[in-house]
Amino acid sequence: MNFRKYLVLAGVTVFAAAGDSMLSHGMKQAGNISLNHLQSVIFAVLNPWVAGGILLLLAFFATYMTALSWADLTYVLPATSLGYVLLALVARFLLHEHVSPLRWLGIALITGGVGFIAGGPELTKHEHSAAPVDEPCAVAPSPLLAKDARNGASGVEL
Amino acid sequence: MKAIYTWNAILAIVFASVVGDVLLARAMKQVGDVGALRRRVGLVAVIRRTLGNPNFLLGVMAMAVAFFSLLFALSWGDVSLVAPAAASLTFIGNAVAAKIFLHERVDRRRWIAASLVAAGVALLAG
Repeated sequence: MNFRKYLVLAGVTVFAAAGDSMLSHGMKQAGNISLNHLQSVIFAVLNPWVAGGILLLLAFFATYMTALSWADLTYVLPATSLGYVLLALVARFLLHEHVSPLRWLGIALITGGVGFIAGGPELTKHEHSAAPVDEPCAVAPSPLLAKDARNGASGVEL
Repeated sequence: MKAIYTWNAILAIVFASVVGDVLLARAMKQVGDVGALRRRVGLVAVIRRTLGNPNFLLGVMAMAVAFFSLLFALSWGDVSLVAPAAASLTFIGNAVAAKIFLHERVDRRRWIAASLVAAGVALLAG
């Protein structure tokens, strides 16, 4: 793990929390949408909060995919769950909402869980291959990809 | 009766999100380290390689199913039940599925982390 990778994990956390909040705020302004009035969906998307939320969630998806390309799913998910804590802290200190003792306990549990995962390795090293064995080359083969596939099959780590 | 509908929809959300997360994680391991790859072949090639991966497309579809299940669940049940129940069960489901299908080494450290986060999320959103 280097600084760049921690930055990506922070991006996953912040983009998800901020995107969800903006989307939720915008949808409350836009009002109910129903399948009978599909044009209301278009009005909802034109709301700047909703549009901003969608952009942030796209950024979340890009950073999430980046993290999954070099870390285990069981590492990325707990590591980025601090977003829930972030939302609660924003609710408490920026929006001055009441945070119940049960919620503070929830914050403590999540923070503890993140602490547990942070000390361990981020990626399972498989013994036989550096890349997953099945379908190592899913797109049109190029010299570069063929080289990757060979490395994967023979278990050579770069 | 409504409670049964709600819990079925919650289970559908959890199932679809776990399937989606596992497929996306597998797809990105097949694509390879995005940062290193981008320096070698450029961003456009990385995006094309990701979008061309069948597991990625299936994963996105599973996530769409999860999203629509969430909409159904919310129309039957309270958000204060649906959101935390689905989120915390998804954490546990992912730990099990990652061990079985992705062969990740889910050691005691990771079990404890997944359980603590699942419990915390359930309390926080409840």
